[in-house]
Amino acid sequence: MIAFIIRRLLASLGVLIAVGLIAFVMFRYVGDPVNQMVGIETPAAEREALRQQLGLNEPVIVQASRFLLNAARFDFGISYQFRQPVSVMIGARLPATLELAIVASILSLLAGVPLGVYSALRRDSALAKLFQALSLVGISLPTFLTGILLIYLFSVTLGWLPSFGRGAVVPIGSWWTTGLLTMSGLKSLIMPAITLALFQMTLIMRLVRAEMLEVLRADYIRFARARGLSERAVHFHHALKNTLVPVMTVVGLQLGSIVAFSIITETVFAWPGMGQLFLQSIQNVDIPIMAAYLLFIAFLFVIINLVVDLLYVIVDPRLRAAVHGASG
Amino acid sequence: MTNPLLSVRDLRVEFATRRGPLVALDGVSLDIAAGEILGIVGESGAGKSLTGLAIIGLLDPPGHIAGGEIRLDGRRIDNLPAAEMRKLRGRRIGMIFQDPLTSLNPLLRIGDHLVETILAHSALTPKQARERAIALLSEVGIPAPEKRIDGYPHEFSGGMRQRVVIALALCGEPALVIADEPTTALDVSVQAQIIAVLKKLTRVHGAAVMLITHDMGVIAETADRVAVMYAGRIVEIGKVSEVVRAPLHPYARGLMAAIPTLEGRVARLAQIPGAMPRLSAIPRGCAFSPRCPEAFDRCRVERPPLLTVGDRSAACWLYDRGHAPAMTTEIVS
Ligand SMILES: Nc1ncnc2c1ncn2[C@@H]1O[C@H](COP(=O)(O)OP(=O)(O)O)[C@@H](O)[C@H]1O
Ligand code: SF4
Ligand SMILES: [Mg+2]
Repeated sequence: MIAFIIRRLLASLGVLIAVGLIAFVMFRYVGDPVNQMVGIETPAAEREALRQQLGLNEPVIVQASRFLLNAARFDFGISYQFRQPVSVMIGARLPATLELAIVASILSLLAGVPLGVYSALRRDSALAKLFQALSLVGISLPTFLTGILLIYLFSVTLGWLPSFGRGAVVPIGSWWTTGLLTMSGLKSLIMPAITLALFQMTLIMRLVRAEMLEVLRADYIRFARARGLSERAVHFHHALKNTLVPVMTVVGLQLGSIVAFSIITETVFAWPGMGQLFLQSIQNVDIPIMAAYLLFIAFLFVIINLVVDLLYVIVDPRLRAAVHGASG
Repeated sequence: MTNPLLSVRDLRVEFATRRGPLVALDGVSLDIAAGEILGIVGESGAGKSLTGLAIIGLLDPPGHIAGGEIRLDGRRIDNLPAAEMRKLRGRRIGMIFQDPLTSLNPLLRIGDHLVETILAHSALTPKQARERAIALLSEVGIPAPEKRIDGYPHEFSGGMRQRVVIALALCGEPALVIADEPTTALDVSVQAQIIAVLKKLTRVHGAAVMLITHDMGVIAETADRVAVMYAGRIVEIGKVSEVVRAPLHPYARGLMAAIPTLEGRVARLAQIPGAMPRLSAIPRGCAFSPRCPEAFDRCRVERPPLLTVGDRSAACWLYDRGHAPAMTTEIVS
């Protein structure tokens, strides 16, 4: 088991180094860092001095290693536009994005899994068919449209919820701020979280439904029925567990993409998160921020993959055996 | 047979399709006495599994019972509400499926399966249920059951898994066990052992068995009576000794001629030229007539009912004395 974890960690590290190198290439070769940092009338000597200071004249290998080592310490250099350390800027935005993503994920799971189970178990009921039809809408409705519709309804027409921003936030420790502890923070969170969760929720619901229908056809389900077990035991003890094992991977990766998708939602609701920062950085060709964001997303997916793999091993005895057999 | 345990009369199973109902079983009638082993043989697709599933009430939609009746201890069970039928399953009627590899939930321990099933059918405490589970495992011949009970299905060989499956089917002490090709998916070397375990255990627990197989050798060694099925119908039913030694129906004769010898059990039974018709294209008259070496004009027009011939019945015009339309369609009792 330990060997398995170490192997997985090494593989994850490999992925991160690869993405880090891509980020480095972006940083070093998309435009000239020095040109980005200085004004047009800066004299050549000054540019050369800066070049020397940034180490841009050293061999590429040295530069790349330094870039990776710095990245490992969360040092992504200085934003071209804001003249601030990128790590500080991202750190300030991280709580907004993660809070939104986590709340949206929980929402999509809490709604998606039961809806999927219901649609599978009562697949011929009118309600299940309605859910199926609505889920198609949910999947095909673009996020910005959902957001704008919600804003129109609840902010413009009803005036119940704020249409932009994060509301009042409370600091927790020295680097985290939360909107979950204030009324205005919670109110501000509702619409962005629903907007972000809707697509994932419909996806999870459809996936759970399809997977559960498949599982319900399995021989062990039929045999469980033949033994006279209650429908409840058959559905929730035998079928649900087996449904959730394959669903786990997809859901995990979906949770990762919630963070990636949050760019649009953050823009619609002027949510002061990383997605907004990233969009600004693209407009301004602020490469250090873009590189840092890229690495952050890669890091997130790697972590999620790792957790999903470990969960698999914990849940599925066959994999557990394989892992034990392979590594003792 | 007076007061059979199970009595099936004119069972008809249909699949609802867009182009109307597809008749999969038609006029299936059979009796099973308490403690008896009834073999069911026939080519793949003859309707053996559907017969078993209809009896235990587990037909998957769009399949459904469209006619006839099924009685257990004289009480009709084919039209019971789902909750009532569920109470019978496991406790009065059990079923074992073909593939032990897929019959067990891969995420649950063997003991979880057994304890859950025992608790569903008794008022035992979990601890007592576990003791009973260990006893059952040892009965079906699992070595070191007190250890193996905590194993997962994938840790057991195919034969061992089918033993577990048999133990599971017996948890509720059913009066009838439907065993649908219990050894087909197993290695040839363990098939005989599993049949022996099944036979011994059902006798010890006093359960009757409906043994579905396409291995005539197994039927000859194990069953008391046998029903031969073809294209959704029973074409001959009677004592194994008679049906095997002197089959009446031309299809049954073909089957018996193909009984593999002890040395070479490889030969499969369908040695009769041609193939069974698809459900959507069952010929008028006798369904076997296109393949039957003895078919005559009447066979292609009129469908033969089960005709009583001595102690058994056969659905073949050859046994219609006087060649008049048969009025004697009662079942051998
Ligand atoms: N879901 C279904 N829809 C249509 N036909 C089916 C379905 N399930 C089984 N059948 C048909 O019913 C017939 C009998 O099947 P079955 O009882 O499984 O045969 P076997 O004797 O091999 O056990 C076959 O012709 C099969 O094609
Ligand atoms: S009824 Fe005719 S065709 Fe059918 S089995 Fe008998 S002889 Fe053959
Ligand atoms: Mg079958």
